[in-house]
Amino acid sequence: MIAAFTLSAFPDAAPMNGLIGGILIGLAAALMLLGAGRIAGVSGIAARATGISDSGMSKSSAWMFLLGLPIGAAIVAAASGGMAPSFASPAFLIVAGLLVGVGTRLGSGCTSGHGVCGVSRLSQRSIVATLTFMAAGIATVAIMNSLGLEVLP
Amino acid sequence: MMRRLLPPLVSGSLFGAGLALGGMTDPARVRGFLDIFGDWDPTLAFVMGGAVIVMAIAWRFREHMAHPLFAEKFSLPDRSDLTARLIGGSALFGVGWGIAGLCPGPGIAALVIEPVSAAIFVVSMLAGMFVVRLVEGNA
Repeated sequence: MIAAFTLSAFPDAAPMNGLIGGILIGLAAALMLLGAGRIAGVSGIAARATGISDSGMSKSSAWMFLLGLPIGAAIVAAASGGMAPSFASPAFLIVAGLLVGVGTRLGSGCTSGHGVCGVSRLSQRSIVATLTFMAAGIATVAIMNSLGLEVLP
Repeated sequence: MMRRLLPPLVSGSLFGAGLALGGMTDPARVRGFLDIFGDWDPTLAFVMGGAVIVMAIAWRFREHMAHPLFAEKFSLPDRSDLTARLIGGSALFGVGWGIAGLCPGPGIAALVIEPVSAAIFVVSMLAGMFVVRLVEGNA
């Protein structure tokens, strides 16, 4: 969709899309911070919306934020002529979903809350959480690859 | 009502657009980023970098604000303790993230891109969250 600069060493990378996408995410989180006075942590907001957590923004605000996620993605998908990425099979999706759900509650956040909002604030907890889940993700992919486990079709 | 509900809707939409544009709703790109020992795809470093830089500026703005634009006060996490729970939970999250190439935001955003797969992930994620609440009460 956008390819103003590329990386010769990584021909499949889309650095410009990534940078602009990241800036949009940063603006979204900035609006939540400076507008509502809250952290845009998606796992916490999802727990709040569904009543799994009782703390955080109002339930209606949480639902509005969650509703916005697919709306924004749909606009980008439509503008780029549709997206058809591959997803893992149901068994992998279920195991991964359970681990993500349990992990984000125990770890108090995910890529957005810790990785974007917390790291940018230099929160010690968020920096440690982010390094931990990045390392765990890297190890998981490496181990699955070495075992020859094909996750995506 | 609109003054209260519009900001989270706009924020969520910007967030979802950023996730889709940055490639985070594409599990292959996410797993490619985590595959540093294989065919590494650095795209997500640019996503994280762009988001963190904008938010770092926002935190500076915040220092000069007595209260948020649309709320009475800031309600922000203030803990700084490192616990086994934080690290263990983050590790579990990372394993799940690595397996399917999805985390909570992209999973929910992908409901319009690949509805069935995304819904299986999101429902499982909520089930996992619910289990934690069942086991230890609300946190």
